[in-house]
Amino acid sequence: MTVSILSVMFAAVISDNIVLSQYQGICPFLGVSKKISSAAGMGFAVIFVMAVSSVFTWLAYNYILLPLELDYLYIIAFILIIASLVQLTEIIVKRFSPTLYSALGVYLPLITTNCAIFGTANSAVVYSSYAFIETFAVSVATGVGFLLAIVLLACVRLKSDRADIPKCFKGFPITLVTAAIMALAFAGFAGILA
Amino acid sequence: MDKAKIKETVLGGIIKNNPTFVLVLGTCPTIAMTTSLSQAFAMGVATTFVLIFSNLFISLLRGLIPDKVRIPCYIVIISTFVTIVRMVMQRFMPDLYGTMRAFIDLIVVNCIILARAESFASCNKPLYAALDGVSVGLGFTGALCLIGIVREFLAGGSFAGIAIPGFPAMSGTGASAFGFIVFGCLMALFNFIIQKLEARKEKMKRASLPLFDGKAEIVKEGTEK
Repeated sequence: MTVSILSVMFAAVISDNIVLSQYQGICPFLGVSKKISSAAGMGFAVIFVMAVSSVFTWLAYNYILLPLELDYLYIIAFILIIASLVQLTEIIVKRFSPTLYSALGVYLPLITTNCAIFGTANSAVVYSSYAFIETFAVSVATGVGFLLAIVLLACVRLKSDRADIPKCFKGFPITLVTAAIMALAFAGFAGILA
Repeated sequence: MDKAKIKETVLGGIIKNNPTFVLVLGTCPTIAMTTSLSQAFAMGVATTFVLIFSNLFISLLRGLIPDKVRIPCYIVIISTFVTIVRMVMQRFMPDLYGTMRAFIDLIVVNCIILARAESFASCNKPLYAALDGVSVGLGFTGALCLIGIVREFLAGGSFAGIAIPGFPAMSGTGASAFGFIVFGCLMALFNFIIQKLEARKEKMKRASLPLFDGKAEIVKEGTEK
């Protein structure tokens, strides 16, 4: 049991990375990776919201939607849970830790449309029907994988944004090519867990 | 109905505000669902459907939705149409649905749709909003199909599932990382063409101006749209 959780977590962080091999959460990955500090802020916000939303979506799916045979409504239910959790997090953080709020500020509302959150809740709770502990562990690990990917990309962009490259490659195109090389590197870990 | 506004709305989503190459929104399906032309086309059509109807309904309800809770309201409207798409695909296209199901669900968090709801549908008449949905949807579908064609050609040596004789598959190009590279290079190409066209326009404008001095620069800026 613990071994399987650990291997699933390792896969979620490295070899099956949410951004680089499952293509989810690419918008913030490209958009908020200009500076290392903002990339890290976004990464931690995602870990937090992902962990909390996995708890609530799991409970809602297994104790409300399934018993009432309303599971076809899971898209609406999950997105509402995530949107209200993000709103709630914003209010709580604003009230109790203004410094953290100003650090995360802009990134918190953006998380609602981060497909990594919704996608992870979806795949762990609905498609894989994991148990509660597994769902939580996988969600945290997926968040850590997102943090790793976005911070690494921000480090590379510090250099690539200042490099002398063709004008048409400036900005997003060169970032995408960078991400491709990172994805190749991460894919190299896939063999470890065979 | 204002002809100029219709034209601007229709062309806006396809070229000037192309969601994929210019605004760089909704990048997840752009990379994940473009391994073949058929998949890219299906993804584009599904997103376009949601885009048109969510735009239309949000525009119809724009007087009723309170400003403070507008995002949750938009999300409920959008997810309703995503659920409809999911159910229809599951019933009538089970094979295609099987390969695309995770990303059909993810249309609900596609930022193109929320961005159009927030920036266009919430402050325009229903007809324009629906038209905007059509245009942005076409721009998205076109971009997806383009990437799909290139990736399918490289990875499988085929076009829309039909093998092209003389072009064997390139091994390795089917790898996940290749989506990023093809998308990046096509975006660079798009930028290159736009930059060239703009430079040409500038040149023609300058040639038509009587004086080539500081004054001409000011006139130029004033006449630019």
